Amino acid sequence: MTRLTRRYRFCASHRLHAPALSDEANRELYGKCNNLWGHGHNYLVEISVTGTVKPDPGQLVNVEALDEVVHGAVFGDFDHCDLNLDIAAFRDLVPTSENVAVEIQRRLALAWPASFPKLAGVRLWETKRNIFELTHEGQ
Amino acid sequence: MLITRRVEFSASHVCANPALSAEENRALYGAAANTHGHGHNYVLEVTLKGDPDPVTGMVFDLRVLKEILQREVAGPMDHRFLNREVPPFDRIVPTTENIAAEIWRRLQPNFPGPAQLSNVRLYETEDLFVDYSEAAG
Repeated sequence: MTRLTRRYRFCASHRLHAPALSDEANRELYGKCNNLWGHGHNYLVEISVTGTVKPDPGQLVNVEALDEVVHGAVFGDFDHCDLNLDIAAFRDLVPTSENVAVEIQRRLALAWPASFPKLAGVRLWETKRNIFELTHEGQ
Repeated sequence: MLITRRVEFSASHVCANPALSAEENRALYGAAANTHGHGHNYVLEVTLKGDPDPVTGMVFDLRVLKEILQREVAGPMDHRFLNREVPPFDRIVPTTENIAAEIWRRLQPNFPGPAQLSNVRLYETEDLFVDYSEAAG
């Protein structure tokens, strides 16, 4: 079994604030991530595909083609944006890294060419210390 | 329990199939098809699976693992042009996928048990890596 993983980076700002909760409850829940004017991260995303490889051509996927799909589907508008204000999915959904990872997976699934190997995982690093991972089942 | 040892080697390669035209190779392998080659600092992570020996407390002797990695991989591949100097890459294209599978084939016979080869992870760059494994048996 061969699994290929490619790393991508995007820089974005966000604010964690659940409209259904009071200001005090939001401060309590999200701490400094609830800061009124938001804050940002250098996100790192690992996207994995899996399958079997024949020695000729010896490629699980053409990495340039993978980059094109991923950039088109996700990072074209994620990079250098404010997730809350610029990304429609987060108008009514708190852009926690859990939700950001699910949105990345959703977008990839929609854009995934039939000729590509199976999407095996999405791993989102919010910082060096906070890592969020979805398996191929999207769990 | 899993134990992983890391080793680095620097090598050059060309990703191009001689049976295809220059245009076809460029379309298939991109910049990696450049005729005169290019190189990488490869990083290999080799993972073994087993239980710690009740006497030694070790899954596998890391000093021996270091020697195996040097003999099977770093020795033959470090500072080499893979296509010209390291079989089978005179016959098959040294993509990261194929190099990872070849490293598995070279390493696997060195671990008859009880510790088993569990995974080979090969980083071509910090942003691109391949994991290769085969089911036991």
